[in-house]
Amino acid sequence: MPRMNMLQAINNALDIAMAEDEKVLCFGEDVGVFGGVFRATSHLQEKYGRARCFNTPLVEQGIIGFANGLAAQGSVPVAEIQFADYIFPAFDQIVNETAKFRFRSGDLFNVGGLTIRTPYGGGISGGLYHSQSPEAYFAHTPGLKIVVPRNPYQAKGLLLSAIRDPDPVIFFEPKRLYRAAVGEVPEEDYQLPIGEAEVTKEGSDITVLGWGAQMEVIDRAVELAEKEGISCEVIDLRSILPWDEDTVVESVLKTGRLVVTHEAPRTGGFASEIAATIQERCFLYLESPIERVTGLDTPFPLTLEKEYLPDHLKIFEAIKASAAF
Amino acid sequence: MTTTHDVHTPSFMTGDEFHIPTFRLLQQDGSLFEGAEAPELDKEKALRIYRAMLVTRVLDERMMAAQRQGRLSFYMQCTGEEAAVIGATAALDDADMIMAQYREQGALVYRGFSYDEFMNQLFGNELDYGKGRQMPIHYGSRKLHYMTISSPLATQIPQATGYAYGQKLAGEGHCTITFFGEGAASEGDFHAALNMASVHKVPVIFFCRNNGYAISTPASEQFAADGIAPRAFGYRMHVIRVDGNDVLAVYRATQEARKIAVEQNQPVLIEAMTYRLAAHSSSDDPSGYRSRKEEEAWREKDPILRMQRWLIDGGWWSEEEEKELQESLRREVLETMKRAEKRPPPPLESLVTDVYADVTPALQRQLDALKTHIRKYPDAYPKGARSLDPDVRPGGDHKSSDEQGGA
Repeated sequence: MPRMNMLQAINNALDIAMAEDEKVLCFGEDVGVFGGVFRATSHLQEKYGRARCFNTPLVEQGIIGFANGLAAQGSVPVAEIQFADYIFPAFDQIVNETAKFRFRSGDLFNVGGLTIRTPYGGGISGGLYHSQSPEAYFAHTPGLKIVVPRNPYQAKGLLLSAIRDPDPVIFFEPKRLYRAAVGEVPEEDYQLPIGEAEVTKEGSDITVLGWGAQMEVIDRAVELAEKEGISCEVIDLRSILPWDEDTVVESVLKTGRLVVTHEAPRTGGFASEIAATIQERCFLYLESPIERVTGLDTPFPLTLEKEYLPDHLKIFEAIKASAAF
Repeated sequence: MTTTHDVHTPSFMTGDEFHIPTFRLLQQDGSLFEGAEAPELDKEKALRIYRAMLVTRVLDERMMAAQRQGRLSFYMQCTGEEAAVIGATAALDDADMIMAQYREQGALVYRGFSYDEFMNQLFGNELDYGKGRQMPIHYGSRKLHYMTISSPLATQIPQATGYAYGQKLAGEGHCTITFFGEGAASEGDFHAALNMASVHKVPVIFFCRNNGYAISTPASEQFAADGIAPRAFGYRMHVIRVDGNDVLAVYRATQEARKIAVEQNQPVLIEAMTYRLAAHSSSDDPSGYRSRKEEEAWREKDPILRMQRWLIDGGWWSEEEEKELQESLRREVLETMKRAEKRPPPPLESLVTDVYADVTPALQRQLDALKTHIRKYPDAYPKGARSLDPDVRPGGDHKSSDEQGGA
């Protein structure tokens, strides 16, 4: 099986989708001849022509408005927003239009073909505006699906599902892992399910939950915890919306403890939603309060990024605190 | 107000009726175009402008080299656009507001931002006015009337309209200039800004650096029209296109624009035709999207060389002075860089201050928990640990009071 980094896996998924269906279009800022600032769309213009893979003017609200129109017409747009930090000019198009197209028209029209790809997350010395994890803003919007892959294999399978999904999907790509994560990825077409979490490691004492780039951080924390004799079950949520309550509930009913981690700020972060639901459904089985390991309730810093990030040591401490409660 | 003039057969217009001239004074050999008149500029001011251009060029060259050596995480050069940025800034009152995009360090240089101040921001140390929070090149200076840079594109443009409206109400005769690229002019914020400025009669100068590229995207894929200038017609705004590599033309055009803004309370759009000679940033490689030949052709139009020739021809500058200045600037850059690199990071508290005017109780709890955690694992967080334990600081490196404040 070939080995790919996450960018190659994403590029490969786009290539497969464009080859299979001529309605699939890829566009965004610098996406055309340059292949995107991270090169996720490399060679797609060469292969599929300027009509199907192209640069847009520098206007995020335009990109997503245009994509909504295209999707309503029956095309399958894969729009790139260069950094998730720059998605906000398109917030109106996404929240008021993309998410509500089907519902408000009584299913006369929909933009289900739309996929929005955007790199997110910190750990790259990006400071305030090249580091944010804005998934929770969108998680508050019924009608959207939100997917975050943790490695190249997941990225390819989930992106192919997102493109073919009957609903609009925001696909957050952990840019810290673009080149850093390398793994086996099948050449052929395959899909991974949206809306399903994955138990990546079974354990009995505590459940540790995350998504995207946090998964490798969790793995490091779990390694430390297991050395201290704490058996950890690890879950990759994969989809933030809709999220797989049942898999998490089943795990917490078994372990009685839960740690949730994300890079985004604590207040209103998606961990809050998970904690609320799990205490509703697992209250009598919980052995300790649900722990959140998150970014601070501040904008993302630069010089003190290491101090800010919810790293493996902070997760390890949370696991120990939960186990010792 | 909409005017109308009846016709009885369908008649469409495309805007091709408008031909936008380019204002130019100085030729590349340093002589004026025939019939062109140099703006009123005394020797002192001319040399202040020139020196700022050179200071900017040397800073950019050295810091890009430092980035390549791994001493700096990121950098962006103004190279090729010094005349546009500095010529415009020189035409303003030093107390006029500047709201820049991110490639306008030349404006700060002109107003007197020191190499030390640049370096402290670039290295995000304890003396950085922005407290080490933003990526390199996100400068700001209250005393120099230069709004702190924000990475999201074009957000500063409508803010400039608002700032300038406030200046109009204050009645002190000041205006705001906002710089942006031809790419950023595609953002909705640009259009909102121009419309509001015209409607509300605001003393703001919209200065577009049309440098040919938005990262990799050429202007030809950014807009179908004849540049950015014609957009002014849609808002009934004064507009001028100027050779952005011609410092005298930029200076003169901006001087006139300022008069219109401040004396008539009318916004002005300036489109400066120039070229981003360097990569978009240290993360970019232009060989993937443009030719060396194209770059070379623009290198021939170097704005600094053009002004230097004019100064030397006029007897205000000499090759010897040039050599001496370049050498002393290079030395100064290296010395200040070494100083800034050694300075401690901002204190841990800077993570939670300035989110609000006062640190909230919840943030204080988060900071306290972080301190406890860092004390447990000091080796994992060398910067945070250093801040918690001042003894770790190298001796003699404490801040002196006059190095602080001053922003």
